[in-house]
Amino acid sequence: MVPAVEVRDLSVFYGRNVALKSVNLTVQQGEYLGIIGPNGGGKSTLLKAILGLVPTSRGSIRIFGGSLQENRTLLGFVPQFSAIERRFPISLYEVILSGRMKAGLQVFARYTLEDHERTKEAMEQIGLSHLSQRQVSELSGGEFQRMLIARALVSQPKLLLLDEPTASVDATARKQIYELLAKLNEKITIILVSHDMLAISSQVSSLACLNSKLVYHGGPELNDRTVDSLYGCPVDLIAHGLPHRVLRDHTHGPGGIV
Amino acid sequence: MIQAIFEYQFMQNAVIAGILASIVCGIIGVMIVEKKLVMMSGGIAHTAYGGVGLGYLFSFPPILGAFFFAVAAAFGIGFIKRKGGTRSDVIISMFWSLGMALGILFIALRPGYPPDLSSYLFGNILSVTQADLWLMVFLALFVIAIVAILYQDWKNYLFDEEFAYVMGKPTGWLEYMLLLLVALTVVVLIRVVGIILVISLLAAPAAIAEMISRTFEKRILMAVLFGLLTTLGGLTLSYYFNIASGASIVMLSAAIYLMFTVREQIHQHRLKSEMLMQNEQKE
Repeated sequence: MVPAVEVRDLSVFYGRNVALKSVNLTVQQGEYLGIIGPNGGGKSTLLKAILGLVPTSRGSIRIFGGSLQENRTLLGFVPQFSAIERRFPISLYEVILSGRMKAGLQVFARYTLEDHERTKEAMEQIGLSHLSQRQVSELSGGEFQRMLIARALVSQPKLLLLDEPTASVDATARKQIYELLAKLNEKITIILVSHDMLAISSQVSSLACLNSKLVYHGGPELNDRTVDSLYGCPVDLIAHGLPHRVLRDHTHGPGGIV
Repeated sequence: MIQAIFEYQFMQNAVIAGILASIVCGIIGVMIVEKKLVMMSGGIAHTAYGGVGLGYLFSFPPILGAFFFAVAAAFGIGFIKRKGGTRSDVIISMFWSLGMALGILFIALRPGYPPDLSSYLFGNILSVTQADLWLMVFLALFVIAIVAILYQDWKNYLFDEEFAYVMGKPTGWLEYMLLLLVALTVVVLIRVVGIILVISLLAAPAAIAEMISRTFEKRILMAVLFGLLTTLGGLTLSYYFNIASGASIVMLSAAIYLMFTVREQIHQHRLKSEMLMQNEQKE
């Protein structure tokens, strides 16, 4: 099976700053990948490079074996919450419907009956039907975030890319979102960027750790050496009182977890 | 005044100019307020002064010079912002002052007495000529047509540009187009309120509409209506009290904006205290 995303030797520069350096990453179909790393480590940049939102300096990105232009319609994008003006006068229904917009400029564009059907289905699926006519300014953080997921889903993507979908939502909404993503992962590939590595390591099927370079890509359990090279200093993972284990038991050698 | 409108051509021109200005202002104002491009529009307007000066220097209609300078500024600001990655407020201020400086230079180079530029700087709706009016009609129709034809695309672009890009919309093209529409709107407005006062007429009706309407369509409609109220109201004030029309229009729009801001504050305050009351009752 052709990989969902294949990143080869990708480098991205912002002006003189290196955001990503020689990143190689293959995401298999059906994978649920969490991308973690420190702030400024290039998590969002990698996501945006895959989506074509930032110009790449070197390297190649293949989406389902083809170029971004060829396979654009296979992607669903959930942007960072804070990137959107929440006071914009638009209803939840209209936002989700906009996930059906066609590429290119459309003269006197109108949505089709099917577009409306898909929108209603997605609202039903995500449990937002009762908020259909609500303005986005009146939605809670969790509702807004789920609306963005619904908007990405109406185009029936095979790969869903989410940028910090649980930032600025409360604990209940976070749980709802993770449940939803787990269910979606039964059918589609998911790439999720988050700074919250404790929360996502229990959710995803694999982790990628970025700190300009790809430090780690593999199973969702991290060892402290990875975390060290990721954050540059030892992070006490145990002290948080985890609901689940992030670290494997370390049996060998000193320098393990005390 | 009503009688004067029927009797005098210049009054008819003034009223028509006011109506045209209100329509384009309402549409473009709402878009730039949403996209936070108000200051950029100010930059485009002030750059146009260079064109006015060039027109006086080479004896062609200054409004045409303003047109070309505004369009060039729109594309210039847009291009540098996209390619350079420099902070946009710095670029805007450079265009802003450079345009004004060029205007001053061109007028200084012109032999003879310096012309009276106050109608370009501060506007004079009563001096709108038939030729001005035709240019305004043409530009207004162009702006309305572009917005109407690509209406859904505009809305998607304004709400979430990145998402629209991912969906395959040419957002770079839309951004340039929007800046071009702003430039054309500025040219329409120069004869009404003048270069210096343009921002107020672009921002105030849209900002008032933002406070009282929940949908995008209604917001545009309300912005047009408030534009009409301020331009025609300002024209009336100017007629009866013999003050410069640009000034009276801007002062009226600022006064209405202030009124609605205070009303909004009171409304929010009342909502808060009602919520607190309800919470207390529950407890």
